[in-house]
Amino acid sequence: MNFSLTKEQLLFLDMIRAFVEKEVRPLAAEIDEEERFPVETVPKMAKIGLMGIPFPVEYGGAGGDNMLYSMAVEELSKACATTGVIVSAHTSLCAAPIYEFGTEQQKQKYLPKLCSGEWIGAFGLTEPNAGTDASAQQTTAVADGDNFVLNGSKIFITNAAYAQVYIVMAMTDKSQGTRGISAFIVERDTPGFSIGKKEKKMGIRGSATCELIFENCIIPKENLLGKIGGGFGIAMKTLDGGRIGIASQALGIAQGAMDETLKYIKERKQFGKPIAQFQNTQFQLADLDTKIEASRLLVRMAAYKKDMKLPYSVEAARAKLYASETSMEVTSKAVQFHGGYGYTREYPVERMLRDAKITEIYEGTSEVQRMVIAAGLLK
Amino acid sequence: MKIIVCIKQVPDTTEIKLNPETGTMIRDGVPSIMNPDDKGGLEMALNLKDQFGAHVTVITMGPAQADQILREAYAMGADRAIHLTDKRFAGADTLATSNALAGALRMLEYDLIITGRQAIDGDTAQVGPQIAELLDLPQVTYVEDLQFANDTFTIKKANEEGYQIVQVETPCLITVLASANEPRYMSVNGIMTAYQKEVEVWGFDNISVDETKLGLKGSPTRVFKSFSKGAKSVGQKYEVDPKMAVEIIMEKLKEKFII
Repeated sequence: MNFSLTKEQLLFLDMIRAFVEKEVRPLAAEIDEEERFPVETVPKMAKIGLMGIPFPVEYGGAGGDNMLYSMAVEELSKACATTGVIVSAHTSLCAAPIYEFGTEQQKQKYLPKLCSGEWIGAFGLTEPNAGTDASAQQTTAVADGDNFVLNGSKIFITNAAYAQVYIVMAMTDKSQGTRGISAFIVERDTPGFSIGKKEKKMGIRGSATCELIFENCIIPKENLLGKIGGGFGIAMKTLDGGRIGIASQALGIAQGAMDETLKYIKERKQFGKPIAQFQNTQFQLADLDTKIEASRLLVRMAAYKKDMKLPYSVEAARAKLYASETSMEVTSKAVQFHGGYGYTREYPVERMLRDAKITEIYEGTSEVQRMVIAAGLLK
Repeated sequence: MKIIVCIKQVPDTTEIKLNPETGTMIRDGVPSIMNPDDKGGLEMALNLKDQFGAHVTVITMGPAQADQILREAYAMGADRAIHLTDKRFAGADTLATSNALAGALRMLEYDLIITGRQAIDGDTAQVGPQIAELLDLPQVTYVEDLQFANDTFTIKKANEEGYQIVQVETPCLITVLASANEPRYMSVNGIMTAYQKEVEVWGFDNISVDETKLGLKGSPTRVFKSFSKGAKSVGQKYEVDPKMAVEIIMEKLKEKFII
C-alpha cells in the first residue's frame, strides 16, 4: 500500500494550483454575485486538458486517470465550487458514459469535441416527479422509423444552458419499469429540444442550472446510448462515477474554507490575542482537519478503485456522503470562526457555506448514499 | 528551426537567507522553480514551435534534482531535454557555468539559443552573454518580443529609456525577460508523458570543453563576504495631517543633521 503521490500527481498539483490562483479564484466571488457562467474559464481549462482528464489520447483526452480528475475538481473547488462542478458534470456525467457505454462511432463523434472543450456536456435524469426515485421517469421516447421521438422535461440540469451534448434518460417501455428506461445522446440543436428556465440557486450560482424541454424532439437511432432498456443501469453507473467528482468538489470546498479560516484566525485578535491561540479554536480545528483528511482518503480510495476497474459504487457513496457532510460542517464552522464578518460577502466562507449544501443533495442525496452503502452491507 | 533554451532551477524566494557562518545560501525547505526569465525564454521558444514547427531542446546544468524543471519543460511542450551534471561542474561561477554550457552547445545544432536575462538567485545576467562570446555568436539581450521572417529575427529589446528594435540573423543568442510573455501552463497530457520521456544526462565526457575551465577550478570569482541585511528597528508612526507631517519630517531631519 502506498499513500505517496506520484511524480506526475505532484507536477499536476503544481500546475493546477497556479492555474486556480491566476484564473479561477479571482472570478469566484464575481460569478457567484452575478450568477454568471464563467464562459472565459472553460477554454482556458480546455487548453491544458482539464475538460478530458481521464480519457485516452486517442479520443482527444489528456490520458490521465480518475485520481487526477478527482484532484482537479478538488483544487478547482477550493477556490470556486461552480468551476469544480462544471468540470465534474461535464466529465463524469456526459463524457464518461459516452466513453464507457458508447459505440466506437459515438466515441469518435463526441469525445474529441468534449475533451477539447469545444463542446460542454450535461446529463438529464431528474424530473419534477422523479428525483431520488429516478425510476419514476415521465419523459418518453417512442420509436418511429429511424428515430426516437422524445417528449417531457428534465429539471435542475447542471451546465444546461452552455452544453452542446446531453445524456438524457427517457422511458421507452413503461410496462418494464426501470428496464423500460433508455439513454440517449441529445445534441443542442436537435429540433424539438429547448432549454427552459434557469434556476435561482442558493449556491454554485455561476453554474447554469436549467430545465430541458423535449417537444416531439427527434433523436436518430444511432444516438441511443447502450441498449434499449439499459438506460437506468447506465444512469446509476454514471452517478457512481459522478459521486467521485462531487465528493472531490465537497472536499475542495471544505479545504478551501479551512484554508481561509486558518488565515483569518491568525490575524483576528480578541481579548488581546489571535483567536488561533484559544484552545477552543484549536480543538475544533483539529477535529475539522481530521474529518477533511478522512474525506480525502475516502475520495482517493473511490478514485483508485475506479482506476483499477474494481467495483467502486459503495466507495463512491461513502466518499460523497462523508465529504459532503464534512463540507457542510467545515463551512458552517468557518463562518462561525469569522463571526459577523463571516456572514458578509466580504469573506469567501459565506459563499462556501452556500456552495457546500448542494453537495449533500445532487447526484444522490445523503440519504441515497446511505441506501447504497447499506445495500452493499446487506447483500 | 532548431532552438535551444538554457534553463536553471532556482529557489522560489525573494528572501534568500544566508548561513551567517559559511556565507552560503540556505536551500533547505525552500521550494525550487524554473527561473522566471528562463521560463519566459522557454515560452518564446514554444511560441516559435507553435508558429513555425520549431524543435525545442532544453538544457540545464545542476544537481540531480534539477531534473524536475526539465520534466516541467517537457510538460509545457519541449521536444528534447539535456541534463548537464558532473562532479567536475560543481562550484562553478558564471564563467565556468558558461564554459560548461558552451561545451554542451558545441555538440548540438541550433539556429537560436535562448537564455533568461538573469537568475533570481544570482542576478548576474552574465551567463547568456558569456555563452554567446564563447560560441562567437551575435547576441541580443533583454528581449521583450521577437518576430521571425527570412532567417532574420526582428527583436524588441528593452533598455533603461525604452526600447530598441534590432534585427539579427541566425544563428544567434538572445536573453529574454520574464515580462516578455505569460508562460503557458503545463498540460495534463504533457504531465502524464513528462516522466516517460528521456532526459539525456550528459557529463564532462559528452561535451567539448577544456577541463581546467570548469567547476571551482575554472571559476575566477572569489566571494569576499556574504551577509543578510540586518533587520531595521521599528519606526515611529504618526497619524497627522500633511502640514503637521512636514513639520515632523523637517524636525527629524534636522535632529539627525541630514539637513
